[in-house]
Amino acid sequence: MTATSTEEFEDGATLDGNAMAGDLREVFAVDVTSARYMCAGCRHTDAVATLRLWNRAPGLVARCPNCEDVVIRVVRAPDKVYLDLRGSVRLEVPLEGV
Amino acid sequence: MGIISRGFGGRRRESVPGLPPGQYLTHDFPVLSAGPTPRVPLDRWRFTITTETGEKTSWNWSEFQALPAEDFTVDIHCVTKWSKLGTTWRGVSLDTLLGDVESSADYTMAHSFGGYTTNVPMEDLLDGKAWVVYKFEGEDLHPEHGGPARLLIPHLYFWKSAKWVTGLTLMPEDEPGFWEAAGYHMYGDPWREQRYQGD
Amino acid sequence: MARTAISGRLIWRAATLAEAHWETPTARTLVLDVPDWPGHLPGQHVDVRLTADDGYSAQRSYSIASSWPHPQNRVELTIQRLDDGEVSPYLTDTVEVGDQIELRGPVGGWFVWRETQTAPVLLLGGGSGVVPLMAMIRARATAGTKQPFRLIYSVRTPTDILYAEELRRRVRDDAGLDVHYVYTRKTPDDWSSPPKRIDVAALNTYGWPPDFAPDCFVCGPTTFVEAAADILVALGHDPRRIRTERFGGTS
Repeated sequence: MTATSTEEFEDGATLDGNAMAGDLREVFAVDVTSARYMCAGCRHTDAVATLRLWNRAPGLVARCPNCEDVVIRVVRAPDKVYLDLRGSVRLEVPLEGV
Repeated sequence: MGIISRGFGGRRRESVPGLPPGQYLTHDFPVLSAGPTPRVPLDRWRFTITTETGEKTSWNWSEFQALPAEDFTVDIHCVTKWSKLGTTWRGVSLDTLLGDVESSADYTMAHSFGGYTTNVPMEDLLDGKAWVVYKFEGEDLHPEHGGPARLLIPHLYFWKSAKWVTGLTLMPEDEPGFWEAAGYHMYGDPWREQRYQGD
Repeated sequence: MARTAISGRLIWRAATLAEAHWETPTARTLVLDVPDWPGHLPGQHVDVRLTADDGYSAQRSYSIASSWPHPQNRVELTIQRLDDGEVSPYLTDTVEVGDQIELRGPVGGWFVWRETQTAPVLLLGGGSGVVPLMAMIRARATAGTKQPFRLIYSVRTPTDILYAEELRRRVRDDAGLDVHYVYTRKTPDDWSSPPKRIDVAALNTYGWPPDFAPDCFVCGPTTFVEAAADILVALGHDPRRIRTERFGGTS
Protein backbone atom coordinates (compact mmCIF):
# COMPACT_ATOMS: atom_id res chain seq x y z
CA MET A 1 0.00 0.00 0.00
CA THR A 2 1.35 3.43 -0.90
CA ALA A 3 1.75 6.17 1.66
CA THR A 4 -0.87 8.23 -0.12
CA SER A 5 -3.54 5.60 0.08
CA THR A 6 -2.70 4.94 3.72
CA GLU A 7 -3.37 8.60 4.45
CA GLU A 8 -6.65 8.37 2.64
CA PHE A 9 -7.68 5.33 4.64
CA GLU A 10 -6.83 7.21 7.82
CA ASP A 11 -9.44 9.64 6.74
CA GLY A 12 -12.49 7.94 8.17
CA ALA A 13 -11.76 4.24 8.08
CA THR A 14 -10.89 3.66 11.69
CA LEU A 15 -12.43 0.21 11.78
CA ASP A 16 -12.13 -2.98 9.80
CA GLY A 17 -14.31 -5.92 8.82
CA ASN A 18 -14.05 -7.43 12.30
CA ALA A 19 -16.56 -4.82 13.43
CA MET A 20 -19.18 -6.12 10.96
CA ALA A 21 -19.35 -9.48 12.71
CA GLY A 22 -22.46 -8.71 14.77
CA ASP A 23 -24.52 -7.26 11.95
CA LEU A 24 -23.56 -10.10 9.60
CA ARG A 25 -24.35 -12.71 12.24
CA GLU A 26 -27.89 -11.37 12.33
CA VAL A 27 -28.18 -12.63 8.77
CA PHE A 28 -25.93 -15.65 8.54
CA ALA A 29 -25.57 -18.73 10.71
CA VAL A 30 -21.79 -18.68 10.32
CA ASP A 31 -19.20 -16.00 10.94
CA VAL A 32 -18.75 -14.19 7.62
CA THR A 33 -15.77 -12.12 8.81
CA SER A 34 -13.72 -15.34 8.59
CA ALA A 35 -14.77 -15.86 4.97
CA ARG A 36 -12.41 -14.88 2.15
CA TYR A 37 -13.69 -12.38 -0.36
CA MET A 38 -12.40 -11.80 -3.87
CA CYS A 39 -12.61 -8.13 -4.85
CA ALA A 40 -14.54 -7.59 -8.08
CA GLY A 41 -12.34 -4.59 -8.85
CA CYS A 42 -8.80 -5.88 -8.40
CA ARG A 43 -9.21 -9.62 -7.61
CA HIS A 44 -7.42 -9.16 -4.30
CA THR A 45 -8.42 -11.87 -1.86
CA ASP A 46 -8.29 -11.95 1.93
CA ALA A 47 -10.51 -12.38 4.97
CA VAL A 48 -13.62 -10.18 5.18
CA ALA A 49 -12.19 -9.12 8.57
CA THR A 50 -9.41 -7.24 6.76
CA LEU A 51 -11.72 -4.97 4.74
CA ARG A 52 -11.63 -1.26 5.70
CA LEU A 53 -14.92 -0.25 7.24
CA TRP A 54 -16.73 3.06 7.05
CA ASN A 55 -19.57 3.06 9.56
CA ARG A 56 -20.36 6.76 9.93
CA ALA A 57 -22.78 6.50 7.06
CA PRO A 58 -26.36 5.39 6.39
CA GLY A 59 -24.99 1.82 6.31
CA LEU A 60 -21.75 -0.13 6.63
CA VAL A 61 -19.37 0.26 3.70
CA ALA A 62 -16.51 -2.23 3.51
CA ARG A 63 -13.77 -1.43 1.02
CA CYS A 64 -10.90 -3.49 -0.37
CA PRO A 65 -7.63 -2.54 1.38
CA ASN A 66 -5.82 -3.01 -1.92
CA CYS A 67 -7.89 -0.88 -4.34
CA GLU A 68 -10.47 0.96 -2.16
CA ASP A 69 -13.41 -0.39 -4.19
CA VAL A 70 -16.55 -1.18 -2.22
CA VAL A 71 -16.77 -4.93 -1.57
CA ILE A 72 -19.72 -5.18 0.84
CA ARG A 73 -22.52 -2.81 1.82
CA VAL A 74 -24.86 -3.55 4.71
CA VAL A 75 -27.99 -1.48 5.27
CA ARG A 76 -30.05 -2.09 8.38
CA ALA A 77 -33.75 -1.26 8.05
CA PRO A 78 -36.06 -1.75 11.04
CA ASP A 79 -37.35 -5.11 9.85
CA LYS A 80 -34.70 -6.31 7.40
CA VAL A 81 -31.05 -6.21 6.43
CA TYR A 82 -29.92 -5.38 2.90
CA LEU A 83 -26.62 -6.93 1.92
CA ASP A 84 -25.03 -5.71 -1.31
CA LEU A 85 -22.22 -8.02 -2.41
CA ARG A 86 -21.69 -6.87 -6.00
CA GLY A 87 -18.14 -5.77 -5.17
CA SER A 88 -17.21 -9.33 -4.30
CA VAL A 89 -16.73 -11.92 -7.04
CA ARG A 90 -17.21 -14.64 -4.45
CA LEU A 91 -17.12 -15.43 -0.76
CA GLU A 92 -15.35 -18.54 0.45
CA VAL A 93 -16.93 -19.46 3.77
CA PRO A 94 -15.19 -21.92 6.09
CA LEU A 95 -17.55 -24.40 7.69
CA GLU A 96 -16.97 -24.92 11.39
CA GLY A 97 -16.17 -28.42 12.51
CA VAL A 98 -15.95 -30.03 9.04
CA MET B 1 -37.21 -1.11 21.37
CA GLY B 2 -34.63 -2.64 23.68
CA ILE B 3 -34.37 -2.33 27.44
CA ILE B 4 -33.77 1.20 28.65
CA SER B 5 -30.25 1.87 29.93
CA ARG B 6 -30.77 3.91 33.09
CA GLY B 7 -29.16 7.31 32.79
CA PHE B 8 -28.21 6.98 29.13
CA GLY B 9 -28.97 10.12 27.17
CA GLY B 10 -26.86 9.77 24.08
CA ARG B 11 -25.86 12.65 21.88
CA ARG B 12 -27.61 15.88 22.68
CA ARG B 13 -30.70 16.01 20.54
CA GLU B 14 -34.08 17.66 20.57
CA SER B 15 -37.37 16.42 19.28
CA VAL B 16 -39.06 19.62 18.15
CA PRO B 17 -42.37 20.19 16.38
CA GLY B 18 -42.20 20.92 12.69
CA LEU B 19 -39.50 18.40 11.81
CA PRO B 20 -40.15 15.54 9.41
CA PRO B 21 -41.33 12.35 11.18
CA GLY B 22 -38.68 10.50 13.17
CA GLN B 23 -36.11 13.30 12.98
CA TYR B 24 -34.12 14.92 15.81
CA LEU B 25 -32.73 18.43 15.80
CA THR B 26 -28.95 18.77 15.84
CA HIS B 27 -26.87 21.93 16.16
CA ASP B 28 -23.54 20.54 14.98
CA PHE B 29 -22.95 19.22 11.47
CA PRO B 30 -22.30 15.47 11.58
CA VAL B 31 -19.90 14.16 8.94
CA LEU B 32 -21.05 11.00 7.23
CA SER B 33 -18.91 9.32 4.61
CA ALA B 34 -18.83 6.03 2.79
CA GLY B 35 -15.17 6.22 1.82
CA PRO B 36 -11.99 8.28 1.82
CA THR B 37 -12.48 12.04 1.56
CA PRO B 38 -11.15 13.15 -1.84
CA ARG B 39 -9.00 16.27 -1.92
CA VAL B 40 -9.90 17.76 -5.27
CA PRO B 41 -7.55 20.45 -6.61
CA LEU B 42 -9.53 23.29 -8.17
CA ASP B 43 -7.48 23.15 -11.38
CA ARG B 44 -8.68 19.56 -11.86
CA TRP B 45 -12.28 20.23 -10.92
CA ARG B 46 -14.98 19.97 -13.61
CA PHE B 47 -18.74 19.68 -13.53
CA THR B 48 -20.18 17.84 -16.51
CA ILE B 49 -23.76 17.21 -17.58
CA THR B 50 -24.12 14.27 -19.97
CA THR B 51 -27.43 13.90 -21.79
CA GLU B 52 -29.16 10.65 -22.76
CA THR B 53 -27.70 11.08 -26.26
CA GLY B 54 -24.19 11.46 -24.88
CA GLU B 55 -23.81 15.22 -25.37
CA LYS B 56 -21.72 16.86 -22.72
CA THR B 57 -21.85 20.34 -21.22
CA SER B 58 -18.98 21.08 -18.90
CA TRP B 59 -17.60 23.85 -16.69
CA ASN B 60 -14.17 24.17 -15.13
CA TRP B 61 -13.82 25.90 -11.77
CA SER B 62 -13.40 29.44 -13.09
CA GLU B 63 -16.22 29.03 -15.60
CA PHE B 64 -18.40 27.66 -12.83
CA GLN B 65 -17.55 30.58 -10.52
CA ALA B 66 -18.55 32.99 -13.29
CA LEU B 67 -22.12 31.61 -13.37
CA PRO B 68 -24.80 33.55 -11.48
CA ALA B 69 -24.84 32.37 -7.87
CA GLU B 70 -27.56 32.43 -5.24
CA ASP B 71 -27.36 32.76 -1.47
CA PHE B 72 -30.09 30.89 0.36
CA THR B 73 -31.06 29.34 3.69
CA VAL B 74 -32.64 25.88 3.98
CA ASP B 75 -33.23 23.02 6.43
CA ILE B 76 -31.50 19.69 5.83
CA HIS B 77 -32.63 16.23 6.90
CA CYS B 78 -30.31 13.21 7.09
CA VAL B 79 -31.73 9.68 6.87
CA THR B 80 -29.71 8.81 10.00
CA LYS B 81 -32.35 10.95 11.76
CA TRP B 82 -30.69 14.30 12.36
CA SER B 83 -32.08 17.52 10.95
CA LYS B 84 -30.30 20.85 10.88
CA LEU B 85 -32.30 24.02 10.48
CA GLY B 86 -31.41 27.30 8.83
CA THR B 87 -28.25 26.33 6.99
CA THR B 88 -26.87 29.01 4.68
CA TRP B 89 -25.31 28.20 1.33
CA ARG B 90 -24.03 29.80 -1.85
CA GLY B 91 -24.18 28.00 -5.15
CA VAL B 92 -25.47 27.76 -8.69
CA SER B 93 -29.05 26.72 -9.30
CA LEU B 94 -29.60 23.58 -11.36
CA ASP B 95 -32.04 25.71 -13.39
CA THR B 96 -29.01 27.64 -14.57
CA LEU B 97 -26.87 24.56 -15.20
CA LEU B 98 -29.61 22.67 -17.06
CA GLY B 99 -30.99 25.75 -18.83
CA ASP B 100 -29.28 25.25 -22.18
CA VAL B 101 -29.14 21.45 -22.09
CA GLU B 102 -31.28 19.69 -24.71
CA SER B 103 -32.88 16.69 -23.07
CA SER B 104 -36.18 14.93 -22.56
CA ALA B 105 -34.84 12.69 -19.77
CA ASP B 106 -37.02 12.29 -16.68
CA TYR B 107 -34.26 11.02 -14.40
CA THR B 108 -30.69 11.90 -13.49
CA MET B 109 -27.77 10.24 -11.79
CA ALA B 110 -25.36 12.41 -9.84
CA HIS B 111 -21.72 11.28 -9.86
CA SER B 112 -18.96 12.17 -7.41
CA PHE B 113 -15.20 11.96 -7.04
CA GLY B 114 -14.60 8.62 -5.33
CA GLY B 115 -17.37 6.83 -7.22
CA TYR B 116 -20.45 7.78 -5.20
CA THR B 117 -23.73 8.03 -7.13
CA THR B 118 -27.31 8.96 -6.33
CA ASN B 119 -30.41 9.15 -8.52
CA VAL B 120 -32.76 12.13 -8.60
CA PRO B 121 -35.80 12.76 -10.82
CA MET B 122 -35.25 15.67 -13.21
CA GLU B 123 -38.24 17.61 -11.87
CA ASP B 124 -36.67 17.61 -8.38
CA LEU B 125 -33.66 19.47 -9.74
CA LEU B 126 -35.66 22.23 -11.44
CA ASP B 127 -37.73 25.25 -10.36
CA GLY B 128 -35.39 26.48 -7.64
CA LYS B 129 -35.26 23.20 -5.71
CA ALA B 130 -31.60 22.23 -6.17
CA TRP B 131 -28.12 23.74 -6.40
CA VAL B 132 -24.46 22.91 -6.78
CA VAL B 133 -23.06 24.73 -3.73
CA TYR B 134 -19.52 25.79 -2.88
CA LYS B 135 -19.93 27.93 0.23
CA PHE B 136 -21.42 27.01 3.61
CA GLU B 137 -22.11 29.71 6.23
CA GLY B 138 -19.99 32.10 4.19
CA GLU B 139 -16.89 29.88 4.03
CA ASP B 140 -15.50 27.69 1.28
CA LEU B 141 -17.13 24.28 1.60
CA HIS B 142 -14.77 22.02 3.57
CA PRO B 143 -13.79 18.69 1.92
CA GLU B 144 -15.40 16.69 4.73
CA HIS B 145 -18.71 18.35 3.89
CA GLY B 146 -18.28 17.78 0.16
CA GLY B 147 -16.04 20.62 -0.97
CA PRO B 148 -15.04 22.03 -3.40
CA ALA B 149 -18.68 21.63 -4.43
CA ARG B 150 -21.63 19.42 -3.61
CA LEU B 151 -25.15 18.93 -4.79
CA LEU B 152 -27.82 20.34 -2.47
CA ILE B 153 -31.42 19.11 -2.73
CA PRO B 154 -32.84 20.08 0.64
CA HIS B 155 -36.35 18.70 0.11
CA LEU B 156 -34.97 15.14 -0.13
CA TYR B 157 -32.94 13.17 2.44
CA PHE B 158 -29.41 14.47 2.57
CA TRP B 159 -27.80 11.39 0.95
CA LYS B 160 -29.25 12.77 -2.31
CA SER B 161 -27.11 15.90 -1.87
CA ALA B 162 -23.99 14.20 -3.27
CA LYS B 163 -20.67 15.44 -1.87
CA TRP B 164 -17.73 16.13 -4.24
CA VAL B 165 -20.13 16.15 -7.16
CA THR B 166 -18.57 15.90 -10.62
CA GLY B 167 -21.63 15.82 -12.80
CA LEU B 168 -25.03 14.56 -13.78
CA THR B 169 -25.98 11.87 -16.26
CA LEU B 170 -29.48 12.34 -17.68
CA MET B 171 -31.45 9.11 -18.06
CA PRO B 172 -34.78 8.15 -19.63
CA GLU B 173 -35.39 5.52 -16.90
CA ASP B 174 -34.76 5.65 -13.15
CA GLU B 175 -31.78 3.69 -11.88
CA PRO B 176 -30.55 3.22 -8.31
CA GLY B 177 -27.40 4.95 -7.06
CA PHE B 178 -24.97 3.90 -4.30
CA TRP B 179 -27.35 3.74 -1.34
CA GLU B 180 -30.53 3.16 -3.35
CA ALA B 181 -29.00 -0.08 -4.71
CA ALA B 182 -28.28 -1.18 -1.15
CA GLY B 183 -31.79 -0.82 0.24
CA TYR B 184 -32.50 2.89 0.55
CA HIS B 185 -35.55 4.49 -1.02
CA MET B 186 -35.39 5.51 -4.70
CA TYR B 187 -36.91 8.94 -3.99
CA GLY B 188 -36.26 9.72 -0.29
CA ASP B 189 -38.87 12.27 0.80
CA PRO B 190 -38.26 13.01 4.50
CA TRP B 191 -41.84 14.27 5.02
CA ARG B 192 -43.18 10.88 3.91
CA GLU B 193 -40.35 9.13 5.79
CA GLN B 194 -39.14 7.31 2.68
CA ARG B 195 -36.00 5.88 4.21
CA TYR B 196 -35.88 2.32 2.89
CA GLN B 197 -37.25 0.53 -0.16
CA GLY B 198 -40.95 -0.05 0.36
CA ASP B 199 -41.41 2.86 2.81
CA MET C 1 -17.64 -25.21 23.51
CA ALA C 2 -15.43 -23.62 20.89
CA ARG C 3 -17.88 -24.61 18.19
CA THR C 4 -20.97 -23.21 19.88
CA ALA C 5 -19.15 -19.95 20.43
CA ILE C 6 -19.07 -19.38 16.68
CA SER C 7 -22.40 -20.73 15.46
CA GLY C 8 -25.94 -20.59 16.76
CA ARG C 9 -28.61 -17.94 16.63
CA LEU C 10 -27.51 -14.49 17.68
CA ILE C 11 -29.74 -12.54 20.03
CA TRP C 12 -29.53 -9.41 22.17
CA ARG C 13 -29.22 -10.34 25.83
CA ALA C 14 -29.80 -8.20 28.89
CA ALA C 15 -26.52 -8.13 30.82
CA THR C 16 -26.38 -6.95 34.43
CA LEU C 17 -23.36 -5.14 35.81
CA ALA C 18 -22.12 -7.32 38.68
CA GLU C 19 -18.85 -5.52 39.49
CA ALA C 20 -16.72 -2.76 38.08
CA HIS C 21 -13.21 -1.50 38.71
CA TRP C 22 -10.89 1.11 37.25
CA GLU C 23 -7.84 -0.19 35.38
CA THR C 24 -6.40 3.31 34.84
CA PRO C 25 -7.84 6.79 35.50
CA THR C 26 -9.72 6.56 32.19
CA ALA C 27 -10.40 2.84 31.66
CA ARG C 28 -12.89 0.74 33.55
CA THR C 29 -13.54 -2.99 33.53
CA LEU C 30 -17.19 -4.03 33.61
CA VAL C 31 -17.89 -7.52 34.96
CA LEU C 32 -21.23 -8.61 33.55
CA ASP C 33 -23.70 -11.32 34.38
CA VAL C 34 -25.07 -12.56 31.08
CA PRO C 35 -27.73 -15.25 31.38
CA ASP C 36 -27.11 -18.30 29.17
CA TRP C 37 -23.80 -16.98 27.88
CA PRO C 38 -22.65 -19.63 25.38
CA GLY C 39 -18.92 -19.12 26.02
CA HIS C 40 -16.45 -17.41 23.72
CA LEU C 41 -12.98 -17.59 22.23
CA PRO C 42 -10.30 -15.06 23.15
CA GLY C 43 -10.27 -12.23 20.60
CA GLN C 44 -14.03 -12.25 20.04
CA HIS C 45 -16.07 -9.17 20.79
CA VAL C 46 -19.60 -8.16 21.68
CA ASP C 47 -21.86 -5.44 20.41
CA VAL C 48 -23.25 -3.25 23.17
CA ARG C 49 -26.54 -1.42 22.65
CA LEU C 50 -27.72 1.43 24.85
CA THR C 51 -31.27 2.75 24.62
CA ALA C 52 -32.47 6.09 26.01
CA ASP C 53 -35.97 6.47 27.43
CA ASP C 54 -37.17 8.17 24.22
CA GLY C 55 -36.11 5.17 22.14
CA TYR C 56 -32.87 6.66 20.82
CA SER C 57 -30.20 3.97 20.76
CA ALA C 58 -26.48 3.69 20.09
CA GLN C 59 -24.43 0.59 19.40
CA ARG C 60 -20.67 -0.10 19.66
CA SER C 61 -18.36 -3.12 19.54
CA TYR C 62 -16.08 -3.99 22.45
CA SER C 63 -13.55 -6.78 22.73
CA ILE C 64 -14.05 -9.28 25.52
CA ALA C 65 -11.26 -9.05 28.09
CA SER C 66 -11.93 -12.24 30.02
CA SER C 67 -11.42 -15.86 29.05
CA TRP C 68 -13.94 -18.64 29.27
CA PRO C 69 -14.71 -20.60 31.39
CA HIS C 70 -14.82 -17.82 33.98
CA PRO C 71 -14.86 -18.47 37.76
CA GLN C 72 -18.20 -16.65 38.22
CA ASN C 73 -19.49 -17.40 34.70
CA ARG C 74 -19.19 -13.70 33.88
CA VAL C 75 -18.02 -11.70 30.90
CA GLU C 76 -15.57 -8.82 31.35
CA LEU C 77 -15.22 -5.79 29.08
CA THR C 78 -12.62 -3.06 29.53
CA ILE C 79 -13.81 0.31 28.28
CA GLN C 80 -11.45 3.18 27.48
CA ARG C 81 -13.24 6.50 27.93
CA LEU C 82 -13.14 8.90 24.99
CA ASP C 83 -14.19 12.29 26.26
CA ASP C 84 -16.18 13.28 23.19
CA GLY C 85 -17.68 9.82 22.85
CA GLU C 86 -21.31 8.92 23.16
CA VAL C 87 -21.18 5.39 24.57
CA SER C 88 -17.82 5.00 26.33
CA PRO C 89 -18.33 7.82 28.92
CA TYR C 90 -21.63 6.21 29.88
CA LEU C 91 -19.93 2.84 30.39
CA THR C 92 -17.00 4.27 32.36
CA ASP C 93 -18.74 6.96 34.43
CA THR C 94 -22.49 6.40 34.59
CA VAL C 95 -23.45 2.75 34.59
CA GLU C 96 -23.64 1.30 38.12
CA VAL C 97 -23.68 -2.17 39.61
CA GLY C 98 -27.16 -3.61 39.10
CA ASP C 99 -27.83 -1.64 35.90
CA GLN C 100 -28.64 -3.45 32.68
CA ILE C 101 -27.19 -2.99 29.21
CA GLU C 102 -27.92 -4.99 26.08
CA LEU C 103 -25.25 -7.17 24.64
CA ARG C 104 -25.01 -9.28 21.48
CA GLY C 105 -22.36 -11.87 20.98
CA PRO C 106 -19.87 -13.32 21.08
CA VAL C 107 -19.08 -12.38 17.47
CA GLY C 108 -16.06 -12.49 15.21
CA GLY C 109 -14.28 -15.69 14.28
CA TRP C 110 -11.15 -14.40 12.56
CA PHE C 111 -9.23 -12.42 15.16
CA VAL C 112 -9.28 -15.32 17.63
CA TRP C 113 -6.71 -17.61 19.19
CA ARG C 114 -7.54 -21.23 19.80
CA GLU C 115 -5.72 -23.26 22.42
CA THR C 116 -5.25 -25.98 19.79
CA GLN C 117 -2.91 -23.68 17.82
CA THR C 118 0.55 -24.96 18.65
CA ALA C 119 2.73 -22.16 17.22
CA PRO C 120 4.40 -19.54 19.41
CA VAL C 121 2.28 -16.42 19.69
CA LEU C 122 3.29 -12.78 19.23
CA LEU C 123 0.82 -10.23 20.53
CA LEU C 124 1.20 -6.57 19.52
CA GLY C 125 -1.16 -4.22 21.29
CA GLY C 126 -1.55 -0.46 20.96
CA GLY C 127 -3.45 1.33 23.74
CA SER C 128 -6.72 -0.39 24.56
CA GLY C 129 -5.98 -2.75 21.65
CA VAL C 130 -4.42 -4.90 24.36
CA VAL C 131 -7.88 -5.98 25.58
CA PRO C 132 -8.48 -8.94 23.21
CA LEU C 133 -4.79 -9.88 23.57
CA MET C 134 -5.27 -10.03 27.35
CA ALA C 135 -8.14 -12.43 26.76
CA MET C 136 -5.70 -14.64 24.83
CA ILE C 137 -3.13 -14.51 27.65
CA ARG C 138 -5.85 -15.39 30.16
CA ALA C 139 -7.20 -18.19 27.95
CA ARG C 140 -3.75 -19.73 27.66
CA ALA C 141 -3.49 -19.78 31.46
CA THR C 142 -7.02 -21.13 31.84
CA ALA C 143 -6.29 -23.92 29.35
CA GLY C 144 -2.92 -24.63 30.94
CA THR C 145 -1.23 -24.90 27.54
CA LYS C 146 2.45 -24.20 26.92
CA GLN C 147 2.70 -22.21 23.67
CA PRO C 148 5.27 -19.48 24.29
CA PHE C 149 3.57 -16.05 24.29
CA ARG C 150 5.17 -12.66 23.85
CA LEU C 151 3.29 -9.40 24.25
CA ILE C 152 4.67 -6.09 23.01
CA TYR C 153 2.41 -3.42 24.42
CA SER C 154 2.58 0.16 23.18
CA VAL C 155 1.22 2.76 25.63
CA ARG C 156 1.53 6.52 25.97
CA THR C 157 2.72 6.57 29.58
CA PRO C 158 3.19 4.07 32.42
CA THR C 159 -0.14 5.13 33.99
CA ASP C 160 -1.98 4.12 30.82
CA ILE C 161 -1.08 0.44 31.17
CA LEU C 162 -4.15 -1.75 31.45
CA TYR C 163 -3.85 -4.84 33.68
CA ALA C 164 -0.39 -3.72 34.90
CA GLU C 165 -0.48 -5.73 38.13
CA GLU C 166 -1.92 -8.83 36.54
CA LEU C 167 0.65 -8.75 33.75
CA ARG C 168 3.47 -8.42 36.29
CA ARG C 169 2.10 -11.42 38.18
CA ARG C 170 1.57 -13.50 35.06
CA VAL C 171 5.08 -12.84 33.75
CA ARG C 172 6.29 -14.26 37.08
CA ASP C 173 3.85 -17.18 37.32
CA ASP C 174 2.79 -18.13 33.76
CA ALA C 175 5.77 -20.02 32.35
CA GLY C 176 6.57 -18.94 28.80
CA LEU C 177 4.96 -15.48 28.90
CA ASP C 178 7.04 -12.35 28.26
CA VAL C 179 5.84 -8.76 28.17
CA HIS C 180 7.67 -5.75 26.79
CA TYR C 181 6.40 -2.17 26.91
CA VAL C 182 6.90 0.54 24.32
CA TYR C 183 6.22 4.03 25.69
CA THR C 184 5.22 6.61 23.11
CA ARG C 185 4.96 9.79 25.27
CA LYS C 186 6.59 9.25 28.66
CA THR C 187 8.70 6.40 29.99
CA PRO C 188 9.24 5.23 33.57
CA ASP C 189 12.14 7.07 35.25
CA ASP C 190 14.54 4.15 35.02
CA TRP C 191 13.78 3.36 31.37
CA SER C 192 16.77 2.98 29.09
CA SER C 193 15.40 4.70 25.97
CA PRO C 194 13.40 7.83 25.21
CA PRO C 195 9.71 7.61 24.24
CA LYS C 196 9.25 6.11 20.78
CA ARG C 197 6.75 4.36 18.60
CA ILE C 198 6.88 0.63 17.95
CA ASP C 199 9.80 -0.04 15.60
CA VAL C 200 11.96 -2.69 13.97
CA ALA C 201 14.32 -2.78 16.95
CA ALA C 202 11.54 -3.54 19.42
CA LEU C 203 10.13 -6.31 17.25
CA ASN C 204 13.60 -7.74 16.55
CA THR C 205 14.55 -7.78 20.21
CA TYR C 206 11.28 -8.68 21.90
CA GLY C 207 9.30 -10.48 19.19
CA TRP C 208 9.81 -13.94 17.74
CA PRO C 209 12.09 -14.49 14.74
CA PRO C 210 10.16 -15.26 11.54
CA ASP C 211 11.80 -18.73 11.51
CA PHE C 212 9.71 -19.65 14.53
CA ALA C 213 6.59 -19.03 12.41
CA PRO C 214 4.62 -17.43 15.23
CA ASP C 215 0.94 -16.61 15.03
CA CYS C 216 0.83 -12.81 15.22
CA PHE C 217 -2.11 -10.80 16.54
CA VAL C 218 -2.03 -7.02 16.13
CA CYS C 219 -4.72 -4.81 17.64
CA GLY C 220 -4.96 -1.06 18.15
CA PRO C 221 -5.68 2.17 16.34
CA THR C 222 -5.28 2.07 12.56
CA THR C 223 -1.92 3.87 12.56
CA PHE C 224 -0.48 1.41 15.09
CA VAL C 225 -1.84 -1.62 13.26
CA GLU C 226 -0.51 -0.45 9.89
CA ALA C 227 2.93 0.30 11.31
CA ALA C 228 3.24 -2.92 13.30
CA ALA C 229 1.95 -5.17 10.50
CA ASP C 230 4.28 -3.49 7.97
CA ILE C 231 7.27 -4.11 10.25
CA LEU C 232 6.31 -7.76 10.73
CA VAL C 233 6.10 -8.29 6.98
CA ALA C 234 9.38 -6.42 6.41
CA LEU C 235 11.08 -8.66 8.97
CA GLY C 236 9.96 -11.70 7.01
CA HIS C 237 6.87 -12.86 8.85
CA ASP C 238 4.34 -14.68 6.71
CA PRO C 239 1.42 -12.26 6.11
CA ARG C 240 -0.96 -15.22 6.38
CA ARG C 241 0.04 -15.65 10.02
CA ILE C 242 -0.62 -11.99 10.87
CA ARG C 243 -4.13 -11.15 12.03
CA THR C 244 -5.11 -7.57 12.65
CA GLU C 245 -7.96 -5.73 14.28
CA ARG C 246 -8.36 -1.97 13.95
CA PHE C 247 -10.51 0.15 16.12
CA GLY C 248 -10.79 3.88 15.91
CA GLY C 249 -10.97 4.50 19.57
CA THR C 250 -14.53 3.28 19.98
CA SER C 251 -16.51 6.32 21.10
